Amino acid sequence: MFDYQFFLEVLIGGLLSGIMYSLVALGFVLIYKTSGVLNFAQGSMLLFAALTFVSLVERGVPFWGAFAATLGVMVLLGVAVERTILRPLVNQPPITLFMATLGLSYVIEGVAQLLWGTQVHGLDLGIEDSPFEVYGVLISQFDLFAAAVAGSLVAAFSLFFRYTRIGLAFRAVADDQYAALAVGLRLPRVWAIVWTAAGVVALVAGLLWGARLGVQFSLSLVVLKALPVLVLGGFDSIAGAIVGGLLIGAIEKLSEVYIGPYFGGGIEGWAAYVVALGFLLIRPAGLFGQKLVERA
Amino acid sequence: MPGASALRQRPDAVLTPRDATAALKAAIGTGVRAQDPSASTAATPVLAIEHVSLAFGGVTALADINLDVWPGEIHAVIGPNGAGKSSLLNVVTGLYQPDRGRVRHGGRPFAHVPTARLARLGVARTFQNLSLFKGLTVLDNIVMGLSAEVRSSFLGQIFGVPAAAREERRHRAAAGEIVEFLHLTEVADRTAGGLPYGIQKRVELGRALVAKPKLLLLDEPMAGMTLTEKRELTGFIRTARDTYGTSIVLIEHDIGVVMGLSDRVAVLDYGRKIADGTPDEVQADQAVIDAYLGVAHDVDVGGGI
Repeated sequence: MFDYQFFLEVLIGGLLSGIMYSLVALGFVLIYKTSGVLNFAQGSMLLFAALTFVSLVERGVPFWGAFAATLGVMVLLGVAVERTILRPLVNQPPITLFMATLGLSYVIEGVAQLLWGTQVHGLDLGIEDSPFEVYGVLISQFDLFAAAVAGSLVAAFSLFFRYTRIGLAFRAVADDQYAALAVGLRLPRVWAIVWTAAGVVALVAGLLWGARLGVQFSLSLVVLKALPVLVLGGFDSIAGAIVGGLLIGAIEKLSEVYIGPYFGGGIEGWAAYVVALGFLLIRPAGLFGQKLVERA
Repeated sequence: MPGASALRQRPDAVLTPRDATAALKAAIGTGVRAQDPSASTAATPVLAIEHVSLAFGGVTALADINLDVWPGEIHAVIGPNGAGKSSLLNVVTGLYQPDRGRVRHGGRPFAHVPTARLARLGVARTFQNLSLFKGLTVLDNIVMGLSAEVRSSFLGQIFGVPAAAREERRHRAAAGEIVEFLHLTEVADRTAGGLPYGIQKRVELGRALVAKPKLLLLDEPMAGMTLTEKRELTGFIRTARDTYGTSIVLIEHDIGVVMGLSDRVAVLDYGRKIADGTPDEVQADQAVIDAYLGVAHDVDVGGGI
């Protein structure tokens, strides 16, 4: 007999962890949408934010003080990246920019190491990770909290993109950079704001992931988890990042529980990539991504 | 001779939408920037191209070009494919830096025009291959035309401070009036990318017009349009000029449209300017007939590269 309650528990656990993936993917989407750059440094930014925050807290800075200070650092980082990397490399082919962000990721990690050392830090956000029961289904309190935070962040960004003038400008830049320039949009300013936003996303994601896994250098590898999410959802769609994250989370957990035993377990780590690979063959633009139509 | 007959047929049938002038006058009343055409003295050209030369490798794209565009003037630039029209436009907008010579926008000289500052210099343009913000609505596209005039900070916009909200309302109102003027009311809330080509072209014109530019660069605005759409657009362009005093540089292959709409016509051939005068003068010019009009067959089918 199929155990629906257990199935539901696995599914909900998967969806909640999936939102954490969405959060990482969101950072990618923001930058890719507006500048066409796949920012490989998103993971290092996430690590850097978490490490800065936790180191400040360990030095006795109160929670919100540390949060504000880290936020400030991420804003500075965003502006600095625009000045030193994006502006000189404007109009370069995407692969050049991608390589630049790859280099950037190592620079950020190196600086983080130099500043804060290499040991593993525990991060306690003050949320208990004890499961509670809803209609017999066990749900992790921490997962629910993380999902709520991620959900509100995504909602805030959606509202921002829809209802503010600068949000409109972001969408315009994403649609056509040259026309955006022609109507007098200040592209450098737009990019600086986008990288700052991606820094804020990295901070929030870094805190949630750091609390889950401990703040350590392998934290930057969560970017690799975001890649299948982006393949599924499309690299340029915020909605895609959310749905893709949820799907990947659910697929991971469900496949581990129901298909895993046939392979001797441990498929959670790579099931998502198999799905992403299959998806690339069927629908390369992702669920919500824009199809690229090149006109001669 | 097909070319000659096409020439003589002056497009007297060009329609000016009857209510367009009234709508546009209304637009000016509450406009974003009060534009007084008489304020720009006729002594300075809005655009002056001075001794501009440009070569790609050994190929001369532009050879010592001089061109003045005066306030309120519609100045066409015509010539066979490869004559240098697009290169000239790219120099004027700063995409290319000329090897020699300079470009004056409103009297200010530039050896290399700063593309990012064009909108603030009062220059707007449309593109040969449509360049709309496809994911935005028609109204939002036109609102974006006022981007250079946004003063409120992005934090102000997020928190909806009164000044930012007022500015947004003012821009929306200005865009709304352009929407009305260009008869786009019915599609104002539709996503621009899904609309028919002719309408997208009109949206692009609206996006350029909403900022009430001093100089408007139109790169083949009629390309790919039906006869009716051409007539309609011609009317809009003329009305825009008459009402705003906007100077217009028109690059266009349709000789009928060019001769009917322009005050002056410059003719390029192999990167040289071979004529510059009123439509009547240019049509009578033997060099022009030899180089261009005589082979009008090539004009629309795009013969030479």
